[in-house]
Order: sequence, then C-alpha cells, then structure tokens
Amino acid sequence: MSTKPFRPDVDAPEYKGKYVPYDIIKEGTIAIIVVGLLVVLLATLFGSPDERAITVKAWSNADPIDFATTALGELNGSTVTAKYGAPYNTAAPGQNLGPLRLAQFAGVTIPVNTVRDFVINPLSSLPYDKALSAALSEWKGASTSQQKSWVSNYTASASKMTWSNNQINVPATNAGPVPELINKLTSMARSGALDQALVTGGGFYTTNYTKPLLFVADGTYLANLAQKQHLLGSQWGMMNETGSYPGQAWLWLYTFWYQVPPFNTSTNADVQVSALMGLLSILLLLLPFIPGLRSIPRKVRVYRLIWREHYSD
Amino acid sequence: MSTAEIDRQWTTRLRKRATGHLPPEKLLPDTQPAYVSSWIYVFGVTTLAALMMVILSGIILAIRGPQWWHSSAIGHFVNSTHLWSVEIFFFAMIVHLWGKFFMAAWRGGRSLTWVTGVVTFLASVGTAFTGYVSQTNFDSQWISTQAKDGINATGAGSIFNVLNLGQMLMWHIVLLPLAAVLLTAIHVLMVRVKGVVPPFEENGATK
Repeated sequence: MSTKPFRPDVDAPEYKGKYVPYDIIKEGTIAIIVVGLLVVLLATLFGSPDERAITVKAWSNADPIDFATTALGELNGSTVTAKYGAPYNTAAPGQNLGPLRLAQFAGVTIPVNTVRDFVINPLSSLPYDKALSAALSEWKGASTSQQKSWVSNYTASASKMTWSNNQINVPATNAGPVPELINKLTSMARSGALDQALVTGGGFYTTNYTKPLLFVADGTYLANLAQKQHLLGSQWGMMNETGSYPGQAWLWLYTFWYQVPPFNTSTNADVQVSALMGLLSILLLLLPFIPGLRSIPRKVRVYRLIWREHYSD
Repeated sequence: MSTAEIDRQWTTRLRKRATGHLPPEKLLPDTQPAYVSSWIYVFGVTTLAALMMVILSGIILAIRGPQWWHSSAIGHFVNSTHLWSVEIFFFAMIVHLWGKFFMAAWRGGRSLTWVTGVVTFLASVGTAFTGYVSQTNFDSQWISTQAKDGINATGAGSIFNVLNLGQMLMWHIVLLPLAAVLLTAIHVLMVRVKGVVPPFEENGATK
C-alpha cells in the first residue's frame, strides 16, 4: 500500500503538542469593547468629511462661462458624455482589451442623448416664453444638417464668449436659435430649475442622478474643486476623500496602476487596469492551488516570527 | 414511527451531519493549541468586532434615512463611527490576510477557508465602495463620476450604474452586506471545523 507523500505547502503536520485554556466568548467580548471604544474615540477626535454636493445652480452661478461652454459642448458633441459610447450612446466604440470591446458588447443600456436630455428637454419644460418657444420650434423644425450648421457657426466664435448683463454673449453669425438656447439654459441653470429638470425627467419619484452627474462632470468646475481637494486621478484620487481622511486606502493598488507606465498614458487604461486587478484577485483567490506561489510563505520564513514561541520550545 | 424512519428524515440527517462536523466543543472551544499565541491572531477577532460596529452604526443610519447625517449633529457622529469602524475593519482584515498568507493557512484541507476569506475581502471592498458613492455629498459626486469609467470599460456598467444613487444604496445596505456577513459566517465556521493551521514542520520533526 502506497502512502501519499507529504506536501509541505498543501498538507499540515499533525499537532501533538499541548493545549492551553481558551475563553472564546471572553476574547470576543473584549474585542468588541476595545474596538467600540476605539471607534468612538476616533469618531470624536476626527469626525468624518461631509463637503456639500455641488449643484448645477452653484456651478452656473460660480462660472457661467464654463457652464455655457459645457452646454454648447453637449450640443456640438464635444463633451466626454457626448463622445462616450456604451453604456450611454454609440458615439464611440469604447475602450478595448486586445480584440475585446467589452462595453460595446454590453450595449447601450443607459441611453443618454446630450442634445435632447441636457438641453432641449429641460428647456421644453420651462413655462411659456415667446423667444424661447420660437427658438425651440425653429430647432425642432430644422434638419439635422441645419442644426449642425448653426451649432458649428456658434462654436466657431465660442472662444470669444463673455458674460455680461446676466447673459452669455458670443459674436456668432448664422447661429439660428443656438444663442437663445444657450442663454436660456444658462438662466435656467442659475435659477436652480435645471437641477430639478435633470432629475425629474423620468417622473415624480427618482433616485437616479445619472444625467445631472454626467452633465456636471462634463464641465471643469467639479474637476477644479476636486483638484483643490487632491482628488484627481493623477493625485491618487479614486481612493481619497475630501479633507485629511484615509479614504479607501485599500484601493491603493488599483489606483497605483493609473500612475505608472504603460497605464498612465494608455487610452485603454480603465479596462486594462480593471483586467489586471481582476487577474490579481483571481491569483489571490486561488493561491493555495498555484505551485510556486503557495511555497512563498515557507521560503520567506516570516512564519518563524509568528510562531517564535513554538519554535523556541 | 420507527427509529429507522426518523433517521431517514432530512432534518435528522442534517442535524447529525452538522453536529458531526461541528460538535459544540469545536464551535465554542475552551482550549486551543499552544502555538496560537502570536499577536497576529488578534486581527481576526478584531475584524469581526469592527464588522459588528459597521453593522450597528449602519443600522442606526438606515433607521433615519440616507440624508439624515447631513443635517443632524448626532447623525454626523453616527456617520463618523460608521467611517472609522470601516477603516478599522479593513486595517484588521488586511493584516489578518497577510498573517494568514505567511502562515500558509490553507494547509491541511483549509483551502476553502482561504477562498471564502478572499471572497469576503472582495465583497467588503464592493460594500465600502458603494457606501462611498451613496454619501449624497461632494465625495460621492466625485468618486462616482470617476469610478464609472473603470466599471463601464469592463461592460459591467451596463447593469451596475454607479451614478444611480438608488441602485448603489440598495447594493450598499442590502445585497453586499448580506453577502459579506454570510461569507464571514461561513469563513468563521470553517475555521472552527478545521481549527487553526499548525506551524510548518522543521527538521523533519513534528512537535
């Protein structure tokens, strides 16, 4: 009869040594009390961050030019959301992992049309205004090529955009209803009405902030505030939070990859980093079954420190 | 009813199997091997204690709703206890994980204990993340708008929309905690069934 050979990284020796008293209930109770006191102490000493959420109203009042430029970007298709691809639209094929375009394969499941959802529909929800109503009618009645031509003419002069007398001024010609649309959307935003229109587009009750968050993120206002709080991606932002708090420190490895080549210059960094972290997670999960990796603890001998009393006996 | 008939009952068979694998003296032991005497062992029970604090503070926040803590000093304090218990939970769990790695704690038929521990860690990362994007403040705005790109790029964004507060809150307070707590319970029961991994054998001698 053959005996299975002992594999030191898989099998454990039979323990024939002594046993000592162990009060598991007492240990658990002490742990709960100590951790509870530590939590209360840390909460009392340091509290927790709670920077107020920004609103479209706050953004458009603080920086009407940035808001109007973003609104124009939603019309001419130059914002991040307008060019995103799946799951919001088909404007781009999305990132690829080798031959795989995973987002495109999953499809458009959260449809966002930046012209319709961020500009035309919110303006259409406003109370009757003769000039706005005429501008909307003109826009809706025009062909797609005519709309593009108006937007293109307005965009060509947008670098000279100014804010005076509570309105956006752009010296554009042949821009059709676009100046009126941009101006009225800016006024709407500054009143706070656009915040509501973006979230209540789906009805009275909602818990979905996809559209206002995408719109706000398309501007530079949110990113500028985040930069002051050291939250940008280049500042290891994903794992941080406002103030001097530890944040999600356990995401350090995920965030780390974004800081180093080739990921920090890759146009497919998001999917590449996600794939790499997925692979590393699988390796961690299956460590006991991977020859070589499972031998590391035995070879580095840190266990002698952990069990030093046992080995000194 | 005959004894044989009772013995064939599903309930009887399940009870016998459960008590066979996990008799009361294993579930609530009053002795342990002498080698279990390092400071590293503290981090397992610390993780469990912190998890209890996370759940307790989370329940209090849930009672008053997701935005209570913005307008109430007591609410803000409870949120602070939630935050710090999460920080302690992760710190203790990661030290526990490294400790178990250096002990090669999967030895002796304990590989599933390792696997459930890693899955619990990953589920906990997800639970914490959905909490960060459900805070309804500047942090949640920024973190969600940044994180969407990583998740969307994998295709998961088609069903897991980090910009949808209602969806993230449900994942944070129902689905992921349920998974994390269930996995933790299974993990702890596996530790009790198999016991704590013995030290490596050195010089061919088993102590």
